[in-house]
Amino acid sequence: MILLCLILIPLVAGVLAWAVARWSAPACRWVALIAVVADFVLTFVLWISNARAGFATWFAQVDWDWIPQLGIRFHLARDGLSLLLLMLTFFLGALSVLASWREITEAVGFFHLNLLWILAGIAGVFLAVNLFLFYFVWELMLVPMYFLIAIWGHENRVYAAVKFFIFTQLSGLLMLIAILALFFVHHAATGVYTFEYQDLLGTAMSPKAEMWIMFGFFIAFSVKLPVIVLHTWLPDAHTEAPTAGSVILAGLLLKTGAYGMLRFVLPLFPHAARAFAPIAMVLGVAGILYGALLAFGQTDLKRLVAYTSVSHLGFVLLGIFAWNSLALQGALMTMICHGISTGALFVLVGALQDRIHTREMDRMGGIWSTAPRLSGAALFFALASLGLPGLGDFVGEFLVLLGTYRQSIVLAALATIGVLFATFYALQFVQRGFQGPNTRNWRIPDLVPREGLVIALMIAALLWLGLYPRPVLNTFEPVMARIEQLAPGR
Amino acid sequence: MNVTGQDFVALLPLLIIAATTIVVMLAVAVHRSHAVAASLTFLGLAISFASLWIAASRLPRHVTPLLMLDGYALFYTGLIVAASMVFVLLAYTYFEKFEGDRDELYILMLVATLGSTVLVSSSHFVSLFLGLELLSVALYGMIAYPRRRPLPLEAGIKYLVLAAVSAAFLLFGMALVYGALGTMEFGEIGARLAHTSFDRWLVLPGMALIVTGFGFKLAVVPFHLWTPDVYEGAPAPVTGYIATVSKGAMFALLLRYFYQTGASRQAPLFLVFSSIAIASMFAGNILALLQNNVKRILAYSSIAHLGYLLVAFQASGDFAPTAVGFYLVAYFVTTLGAFGVVGVLSDNTKDADSLEDYRGLFWRRPAVTGVFTAMLFSLAGIPVTAGFIGKFYVVAAGASAAMWGLVVVLVITSAIGLFYYLRIVVAMYGNATHAKAGPAIALSGTLTLTFLAAALVFLGLFPQPLLALIRDLALG
Repeated sequence: MILLCLILIPLVAGVLAWAVARWSAPACRWVALIAVVADFVLTFVLWISNARAGFATWFAQVDWDWIPQLGIRFHLARDGLSLLLLMLTFFLGALSVLASWREITEAVGFFHLNLLWILAGIAGVFLAVNLFLFYFVWELMLVPMYFLIAIWGHENRVYAAVKFFIFTQLSGLLMLIAILALFFVHHAATGVYTFEYQDLLGTAMSPKAEMWIMFGFFIAFSVKLPVIVLHTWLPDAHTEAPTAGSVILAGLLLKTGAYGMLRFVLPLFPHAARAFAPIAMVLGVAGILYGALLAFGQTDLKRLVAYTSVSHLGFVLLGIFAWNSLALQGALMTMICHGISTGALFVLVGALQDRIHTREMDRMGGIWSTAPRLSGAALFFALASLGLPGLGDFVGEFLVLLGTYRQSIVLAALATIGVLFATFYALQFVQRGFQGPNTRNWRIPDLVPREGLVIALMIAALLWLGLYPRPVLNTFEPVMARIEQLAPGR
Repeated sequence: MNVTGQDFVALLPLLIIAATTIVVMLAVAVHRSHAVAASLTFLGLAISFASLWIAASRLPRHVTPLLMLDGYALFYTGLIVAASMVFVLLAYTYFEKFEGDRDELYILMLVATLGSTVLVSSSHFVSLFLGLELLSVALYGMIAYPRRRPLPLEAGIKYLVLAAVSAAFLLFGMALVYGALGTMEFGEIGARLAHTSFDRWLVLPGMALIVTGFGFKLAVVPFHLWTPDVYEGAPAPVTGYIATVSKGAMFALLLRYFYQTGASRQAPLFLVFSSIAIASMFAGNILALLQNNVKRILAYSSIAHLGYLLVAFQASGDFAPTAVGFYLVAYFVTTLGAFGVVGVLSDNTKDADSLEDYRGLFWRRPAVTGVFTAMLFSLAGIPVTAGFIGKFYVVAAGASAAMWGLVVVLVITSAIGLFYYLRIVVAMYGNATHAKAGPAIALSGTLTLTFLAAALVFLGLFPQPLLALIRDLALG
């Protein structure tokens, strides 16, 4: 039942926040904040209380009939993987409520309704273990995200929102076909209609069918991740979204793609995924290099950060398909740390845009002299993004590189060059944006306590992940070991 | 063949509608009152709906060779009567602002509803034609009802001409089939097609002509040319009625006809229906992109939706009957809701159908916008709405029959379709360019829209009861 609460709290609080906003906008913000923090605390308590028992198996489940003839059940369950991602979800959720405290002044109630419902949808994605339910929440979380971009976004918001929606919908429908194909293949083999994840694991099918069905899933998750070629919606959506939207997009929505690969693509189709792994790894490395290069070429700060996402998520894809425990752990670590560091960068860029009304680097420079705390924080997260040892991102990318090295030395070497590129864009971000002479005479207020709190929490989380990642690694280690064992041919 | 008392009981829903027509006509003759006419109509339809449970105990039975009253007929009769009740409420809201006599609309609508119920129970060419003409003739009047406005009048005449031509096609097709097989009963046609030798060159053209007739009513490509004009011209509630009752009844008939005659298993017809489905999905979704008029967008979208339905119709496996049944119900709720919104936003000079009328609507009327958004999302097949489950079942039906080509076309075209649904949504949530407050919405309209939105979400979350009902009442 506690799992259901995790989804219900934001859903109900969203409606409540909307209702309250008629009388008072601050009250609405507080409702939203309290709900997300409550969810975070709940998840945290779950984590602590499960820590002793280990994270190998599924925990306390919710399992109800929905459409019994087709084996469609309302089935929620969690293991170490989902638990960690849920914590990330509510952590970033709370911070994005805080980050939009001043930014959003129009239709405050509806904004928080959408924000909370996205969080509920994402929580659903991480918890659903019935493929129909998974598809249901997968599609559902897009609608509030669409509104978030289309209503509260920047100049080119409608274009970005529609592009985002169509990309993800089309890929989602491809996944639907794949899910149904799997469903009928399973029925043909066993005579049972079921969408249950556990039942569908290990379905016998011909290699050709496995490959096609795997592609359906892979493409759907690739669009979200995003894998290079299917990434074009991302820079637009990230750039045009309001700060909270960018944080959630980069920090959470992209992670649902990686989560889908880990949860569905590898376990359900081990042979096809193994056969496809080299291509996927090449795509991952291509993403790393391409994202880093394009980030280097941007003049719009938000776009720059958006392209770094393409690069970092390339590491995740590489790690997942390198398919050994080191690489898998690295991939997950990168997912979490990227969520925090990129989220923080979006918060900072948002705060800056709020003050100087531009995102163009050419019109900046010298910010450091007038807003040192803001600029210092930007330097910190830029360093995290380029993989400074001692911070979380380093742990993740290092593990991925280590794992990849065992599979392919060439790809590992190329990916390392990507880390080098990261230095260019990260330093350019700091130098052109914040350092140098203050030629335009910017006089702006520094971070206010609310923003300071957000940033401090994110810094603390990154330091913790970088210096003492053991508890986190322990949490998903059993899950990763299970996935690793599925790899055929070893 | 004698008609017994039992038969009358089974016919009760139809008889009550016929009786209501006469009652309303007499009432109008005595005293003209919009409220009285609408309430009498609604009451009659409600009694007819209630009598479905009485009729259900006598099923299935053949009443004369013309009508086959079984669970299937009962289900679609119920759906049609329920949709007509919704129509009465929407029409009452809409025509309350209308200057002129309003009462006859309800009489026409009752006749059309009677025709539709005859269609879904028909198992014979004669009853098919009878039902079809009852429906069509009443529809001419309904479309052109605001006869002092140019657009409805034009739409009415256009519909009259094309419907009459298509009826002629249908009649000729029936004649050819009868000439070759010597029977007009669906079941008997099926038996003779399967077991006797016949002249293929009479039957195939006959079937093709019949498909043409059906295709016109369903507005599938290439028989769709009347749709956008008629949708645009007709008053919004009437458009909703054409899109749902008229098409739904026709689709139910199509299903029964091809199920009982087994004709769709003939290879050429399978090819024909596949081509029609693909053409409808593409043409509907792509042409809708070019429109700036909400009613025309919905017209093209309905063409595409009939294409999706044909995919399920083709599948003919375990899933097909459930898919078609559920999809039609979802489509009824959604379409009535969408045209209901257009109706309540319209005034007595012009329907609110240009995209400009919807710009910034959210900031003026959040509740109505919420309903319309839900309806559009349902048409697009987004979760929590009935349209999502419907689309899921249609894709499942296609996949179960391994018709990957059709399924992929469905997926691609529905992604194209998203674009124009989102256009309306974007307009509604965009900034208001002219913030004039619209007319207040009558209670009947508010209640109906609330009911439809609630039904939409309920079916999207708890489809199980309806799915079970459809399965119990399937053909066969």
